[in-house]
Amino acid sequence: MTTRRVFRFLDSRTGGGSVLGKALRYVFPDHWTFLFGEIAMYTFLILVATGTYLALFYEPSTAQVVYHGAYAPLRGQEMSTAYASAVDLSFEVQAGLLIRQVHHWAADVFLAAITVHLMRIFFTGAFRKPRDVNYYVGLTMLVLAVVEGYVGYSLLDDLLSGMGLAIGNAVALSVPVIGGQLGSLIWGGRFPGAPNFFGRLFFVHVFVLPILIATLMAVHLVLIATPRHTQFRGRGRGERNVLGTPMWPAYALRSLGLFFATTAVLFALGGLVQINPIWQWGPYEPWLGTNGAQPDWYLGWLIGALRLMPSFDVVIGNYTLVPNPFWGGVAFPGLIFGFLYLWPTIERRWTGDRRAHNLLDRPRDNPTRTAVGAAVFSLVATVFFAGAADRAFVQFGVPYEDQLWGYRALTVLAPIVVFFLTRALARRLRESGAHPARDSGARLVERPGAISRPTSGRS
Amino acid sequence: MRNLWRWIVAGLVLRLSKKREVHREVDLPADPGAETWTAALLFAAALAGLAFVAIYAFDDADTQLLGLSIAAALALIAAALILAAVRVVPQETLEEERPRFADPYRDEENREDAVEGAALSFREGTDGVTRRRLLGAAGAAAGVGLGAAALAPLASLGPAVGDRLAASPWKAGVHLVDENDLPVKASDLEVGSFLTAFAKGADKGELATPLVVVRVKPEELELPAERADWAPEGILAFSKICTHAQCAISLFRYPLFAERSPGPALVCPCHYSTFDVLDGGERIFGPAVRPLPQLPLRIEAGELVAAGPLSGAVGASWSRVREEG
Amino acid sequence: MLRARRATVAAALLLGVFAVTSWANPPTAKGPAAARQLEAGRELFEEHCSSCHGLHGEGTKGQAPSLRAAGEGAADFYLRTGRMPLGQVGDEPLPGEPRLDNAEIEALVRYVGGLGKGPPIPKVDPAKGSVGEGMELFTESCAGCHAISGKGGVAIGGYAPPLDEATPTEVGEAIRTGPYIMPRFSASLISPAQVDSIARYVQLTQEPEDAGGFGIGNIGPVPEGLVAWLAALVAILLVARLIGERLGGSRADDEAEEPR
Repeated sequence: MTTRRVFRFLDSRTGGGSVLGKALRYVFPDHWTFLFGEIAMYTFLILVATGTYLALFYEPSTAQVVYHGAYAPLRGQEMSTAYASAVDLSFEVQAGLLIRQVHHWAADVFLAAITVHLMRIFFTGAFRKPRDVNYYVGLTMLVLAVVEGYVGYSLLDDLLSGMGLAIGNAVALSVPVIGGQLGSLIWGGRFPGAPNFFGRLFFVHVFVLPILIATLMAVHLVLIATPRHTQFRGRGRGERNVLGTPMWPAYALRSLGLFFATTAVLFALGGLVQINPIWQWGPYEPWLGTNGAQPDWYLGWLIGALRLMPSFDVVIGNYTLVPNPFWGGVAFPGLIFGFLYLWPTIERRWTGDRRAHNLLDRPRDNPTRTAVGAAVFSLVATVFFAGAADRAFVQFGVPYEDQLWGYRALTVLAPIVVFFLTRALARRLRESGAHPARDSGARLVERPGAISRPTSGRS
Repeated sequence: MRNLWRWIVAGLVLRLSKKREVHREVDLPADPGAETWTAALLFAAALAGLAFVAIYAFDDADTQLLGLSIAAALALIAAALILAAVRVVPQETLEEERPRFADPYRDEENREDAVEGAALSFREGTDGVTRRRLLGAAGAAAGVGLGAAALAPLASLGPAVGDRLAASPWKAGVHLVDENDLPVKASDLEVGSFLTAFAKGADKGELATPLVVVRVKPEELELPAERADWAPEGILAFSKICTHAQCAISLFRYPLFAERSPGPALVCPCHYSTFDVLDGGERIFGPAVRPLPQLPLRIEAGELVAAGPLSGAVGASWSRVREEG
Repeated sequence: MLRARRATVAAALLLGVFAVTSWANPPTAKGPAAARQLEAGRELFEEHCSSCHGLHGEGTKGQAPSLRAAGEGAADFYLRTGRMPLGQVGDEPLPGEPRLDNAEIEALVRYVGGLGKGPPIPKVDPAKGSVGEGMELFTESCAGCHAISGKGGVAIGGYAPPLDEATPTEVGEAIRTGPYIMPRFSASLISPAQVDSIARYVQLTQEPEDAGGFGIGNIGPVPEGLVAWLAALVAILLVARLIGERLGGSRADDEAEEPR
């Protein structure tokens, strides 16, 4: 009774009744890998919520103050207001440290979830028409999320984040021809930048990038729902239908369950496992540095690239066309993202397949695509692990210089080896029909009865 | 509407799909003069936009002139659009059915028809316009002008590049001081020691200010001939900022037993660029390319003093970093 | 692997047997107990050290430095941290279990200290230090190699060990003597009171204030990334796995549930 009244109220004002009816019966195909994007979306919500709280306490100022707060070892040290406010919100705001740690863990998981989501989309061919535009939207969100994470890490102005900004500035300066202007514009001058630089960083972190990501996320969702979800092949599933669980009630409950599970994991980590204990790093000054400084994991592949790159500038006369940090800081990520952006076009040209696809490939169904993706992934992974070679030296004792040469060799060899191995494996799997993880073939999970049940008459 | 070739269609015109028939009345325009005026307005807007950029480029750009020029650009675009709306494009009266909220979701119409219909609607909107290319060019010009005006203020974010990136407080006679502004004495350093020093009176946070000062045995030195007197008593000073990615060179290794250990070097802990101190800061490992800038030193009354400027540009490389300062 | 490098003391021993004993210039002793200790130190030196450092600690060109200026500070540091005796000439001396017992180390330290003028064993009292001052000094002079968290790092060409087990005295000895490729700092650069502060800060890094929970090694983002992927994401993916396909799995269950 009440339901009908509420729906009638809404419908008579918005005309949304039919849309709502459709939405309630919107079909989500059953496969656990289709949930990766949802995890990313939910972590984004957690980031917005926790970030809003943090923004109420953080002060984006480089004005120098002397610390007199709760953490004894820092007392009497000169530091920026930004760093002091971040330490204060960790020690003197009730629940402040919990929220800050949840925020940071959520950022790490946000990027991880986007990464596995991207891999699912790539290896199943879900980026093909009609979803290629949405794939570009998703990739753009990934780029923005990496920048957003870096900016957030930088805001704290502790020793590690200051070193990260120094490197970021060097990468900006390294852009051929316009680098000097670019670095000067973003920083408001030479590193460490104008007094209002942290105000800029803060505004970009809490307004510009979140709004962009949220807008793209809305577009992403509309572009998912318009052609409906993709699905794997199976009995009763074709290009023209989609088979799965309706939004209401089963899927909504599952998805909400996933939201709360994600939140639970992040808050459990936020409470139990320490992340970025900035009070242990101390304040940053341009003349200070620490061994083993690392960025958050999603920038690990860039520090790896900067460290692996041999000493090499392109110089014409006195003019430095390409300074060294460009290779690892711009060219390498540009190459990887360029590959990802161009792949749908490359595959379309190369296979001549311009049709729309609603049915997904299993990775083995397209051995060459799978092999190319795995090769690129192995390249990124190699460079990523090279970024942690200094920690590996301390833990395992393999000399850093030797590791570096090993990783350089691997960046060349790994993609080639992985390409051929993956392709051979995919081909064998495709021929044998076996599932790599299960003994039987893929199992069908639809309920035959549910298909024939009429779904209309509820709008 | 005196110059218009009046053509009234009253009745049912086929639109969007074969099924939906809507009422459309059209006045087709034929006023080349209006089109010319529109184009002229748009070109004028482009000029006003560029004028804004030009005024912006002057030092002490006048606020009133900036406001006037950008306002003029916008007003000219507004005038062009209004003129185009009333004199250039067809004057239509079209009937659209109001969607009924209670309606069940309409069936998807044939996609091709939908595309065709949209394209037709778009084309119909310019029926009777004759100078399309001129108007297109004028529109593009106005867009460029306004875009340039919109982007120009971004340049306010940073100061001019060259002099700032090359600035350095170091010249002959500048005293080296420690973090508490006390003079650095040669006797503070024993062989194998290092410390951080700053230029007396300079902002410590400025990138070119901090130095790393080390002491080695004078007989170990292999400095190039022109730097022979840069390291009195084996004391050498280098910029503390790595020439690769600007982290602080906070690592000094000095062998206790040189015959069986790697030689004295400064290492940046970010990407492990390693610089040989004995030969004046040449790179021996890691991704850096340029050597660490060295500061010639002299000792006055036991205190360390700069004997000249740094030997190279401080900080990361950019396009003009290798030009003579 | 680093700590696994055990001394081939046997080789040194063997050489020691063949070494010709020398009585030249025994350092002045005070009382019979001190003389006995000195004598024991000399014997230990001949046994464990002389093959490389020479019979009188004069050093061997291309092999090992002279110990004439090493002082008790350096000897105590090298012996107590297990860096000496070294397994093989040219190896990087790395920390490990001490090779000698306490009395032997004391005797040997006394003997080496008597070889010439070198830094004594510094008296370090972290209780007198200020942890804040220690943190600032450590950041400026030590963090570049040992990392701000004291967890060690790469010093291209060498190993900057973690300071997890460093005692205040060892901290002071390292500052004054500059072992292996570490720089050294005189009292005019880092005063004895400042050494106390640094030692106090090193103690803090050994038991850091982990207000945020489990510290996962206190070395920053590398283990954090591992936790994000291997704990957080895996846990969430397991939930996804659970709900992403219908429970009960098999077709038979599906059909059995098929209602009415």
